[in-house]
Amino acid sequence: MTSAVLAPDRPALARRSDRGGGRPLTRGAALGLGMAMLWFSLLVLIPLAAVVVTAADGGWSHFWDSVTSPQTAAAIRLTVGTAILVTLVNIVMGTLIAWVLVRDRFFGQRALEVLIDIPFALPTIVAGLVLLSLYGPASPIGVDIANTRIAVFLAFLFVTLPFVVRTVQPVLAELDREAEEAAASLGASRFTIFRRIILPSLTPAIAAGAALSFARGVSEYGSLVLLSGNLPMRTEVTSVRILGSIENDNLEGAAAVAVVLLVISFAVIVILDVIQRRMVRRG
Amino acid sequence: MKRVRATIIATLAAAALAVSACGGGGSSGSGDAGTLSIVGFAVPEAANKAIAAEWNKTADGKGVKFKTSYGASGDQSRAVVAGLKADYVHFSVTSDVTRLVDAGLVDASWDDGPNKGIVSSSIVVLAVRKGNPKNIKDWDDLIRPDVKIVTPNPASSGAARWNALAAWGHISANGGTDAEAQDYVTKLFANVVSLPNSGRDATTSFLSGTGDVLLAYENEAILATQNGQELDWVVPKTTILIENPGAITKNANPKAKPWLDFVLSKEGQRQFALKGFRPIIDGVETTGIKGARDPNNPFPKPEKLLTVNQDFQSWSALSKKFFDEKEGIIVKIIAASGKSQ
Repeated sequence: MTSAVLAPDRPALARRSDRGGGRPLTRGAALGLGMAMLWFSLLVLIPLAAVVVTAADGGWSHFWDSVTSPQTAAAIRLTVGTAILVTLVNIVMGTLIAWVLVRDRFFGQRALEVLIDIPFALPTIVAGLVLLSLYGPASPIGVDIANTRIAVFLAFLFVTLPFVVRTVQPVLAELDREAEEAAASLGASRFTIFRRIILPSLTPAIAAGAALSFARGVSEYGSLVLLSGNLPMRTEVTSVRILGSIENDNLEGAAAVAVVLLVISFAVIVILDVIQRRMVRRG
Repeated sequence: MKRVRATIIATLAAAALAVSACGGGGSSGSGDAGTLSIVGFAVPEAANKAIAAEWNKTADGKGVKFKTSYGASGDQSRAVVAGLKADYVHFSVTSDVTRLVDAGLVDASWDDGPNKGIVSSSIVVLAVRKGNPKNIKDWDDLIRPDVKIVTPNPASSGAARWNALAAWGHISANGGTDAEAQDYVTKLFANVVSLPNSGRDATTSFLSGTGDVLLAYENEAILATQNGQELDWVVPKTTILIENPGAITKNANPKAKPWLDFVLSKEGQRQFALKGFRPIIDGVETTGIKGARDPNNPFPKPEKLLTVNQDFQSWSALSKKFFDEKEGIIVKIIAASGKSQ
C-alpha cells in the first residue's frame, strides 16, 4: 500500500485500466491534465524530439559513424557499464543505509539523516574538487585514484548516493511491523522475513531509486571534470564525447550520441520496472 | 530541420545565459546607450575588468556601464550566434569570431586593421612544480618516460589547440617532417595523464597535484602566481604566439568602437600586461608585472616564436588538418593514445 506514495504511477495505472478509462473528465481534471501535458511537453517532450530530429538530420550513415567510432563506443561502454555497477551497489548500500536510518537508533542519526542529501545539494564540480583532494595525488590518506576508471566509479557513487536511500526510507518507515511479528511467531527466520515480507514491499521503491540512480550516473559530467582526466578509451565518459562534438560544431554527431544514451536509459528503466513487477508478484 | 536546430541552439544559449554570471540577460536590442555587453572567454576577465575601470576614467568611456559574460570560448561564440546580446566579443581562437562572421553578426572586415583582429596575446609555456624537480628544460624532456603531462583537451577545447600546435611546431618549424612531428606528438600524448576540458580545469587539476608538467599559457601561469599558487614555468626555445581575437558586432552600441580602440591602445595593453598577457604593440610599459618570474623582464623572448599565419597557414586550414573530428591528425593521435595503454 505504502508504495503508492513513492511510485504513484503504478497503482494509478492499474486503477485506470480497471476503470477502462471511459469516464469523461470533470472540468477541473481536464484543466489539470492539460496543464500537466503542456508543462511536460515544453520541458521534456519537445526538447527531446528536437534532439532526435537533429540526430536524424545528419542521415543514417552519419548517425552510425558517430556512435560506432571506437572512442565514442568506448565512452558509451564505460558510462553505461559504470552506471549499472554503481546502481547495483546503490541498491544494496542504499537499502542498508535506509534500514539503519529507520530501524536503528544511534548517536548522530539526525546528522547522518541530513548529510545524506549533500550530494544533491553540492554543485558537482565542487564534489569533483573534494574527491580530487581526498583521493587524488595529494591525498592525505595515500589513496590516489585520480584519472583512473575507479575515479569515474567513485564520482558516480557519490552523486547517486541519495536516490535509493530517499526512495526506500519512507516506505520502510510506513511498513507495518505486525506482519513481520506474525511471521516471526510462526517460526520464520529473520532472513525469510526479510525476503518474503519486507523486500516485496520495498521493491517498487528500490526500483524507482535504482532507475533514478542509473539515469543520474549516465548523465554525470561536472564531478568528472577534474577527477577522471578524460583519457580517451580509458576514462572518457559519454558526456565529454558529446561536448567534443559540439566544440567541433558537429551538432548532429552530438545529438546522435545523446539519442543512444536516451534509448539505453529508457531500456534500463523499462527493464527495472519489469523486474520490479515480477518480484512483487512472486513475493 | 533548420527550425529544430535553432530550437536546440536556443536551448543551449538559454542554459549559457542562466549559467553565466552576467547578472540578467533579459535585455535585448541596444536600447540602453550607456551599457556595453562584453561576451568573452574566461581567461581575460580580470584584464577586461581592469581596462574597463581605466576606460571609465577617460572622456570616451565616462559613465559607460558593462554587462559581461565569460565562459568557454566556443560555447560563448555559439551563444552569441543563438542570440546572446554582444557589442564586443573577445575569444580564444579566430574560428570563434569567424563563426559570427558566417552568421552575419560581425562584419567580414573585422580583421583588416593593423592588429589583424587580435586584441591580446600570450605564449605556450611548460609549467612545472616549484623548483622544477623533474628538470624540464624544453619540449624534448616531455617525452621522457618518467614525465607525466596535463593539458586541456584539444579535441574538446578550442583554446587547448594552441598547446598541440606548439608541440607540433617545435618539430615542423625546426626542419622536421610531418612524420617526425607526428611521432613526437604521439609520444607526448602517451605521457598525458589528464585531459581536462578547459585551460582553467587543467590548471586546477595540475595545482591539485596531478602530473609533472602542465602545458599552459604564460598569462595563466602569471595569474596563478599572482593568486598565490606555487608553480614555476619554462619558456621553451620554440613556442607559439597565442593570439586572441576581439571584434565589435554589426549592430553594436556606438560606444563599442572607442572601447575597442582603447583596448588596443598602450593604456589598454598595459592593463593586459599587468595580468600577464604580452602586449600586441610596441612601446607598452612592461615593468613591474607581479607574478612574472622576473617582474622587470616579464616576457622573455623565446628563440623561435611561431605564429598561425606564418607557420600553419590559417585557422581554418589547421583546424581541418589537425582537429577535424574524424580525420584530424592530432585528434587521431589522442584517440590512439588510449588504445596503446
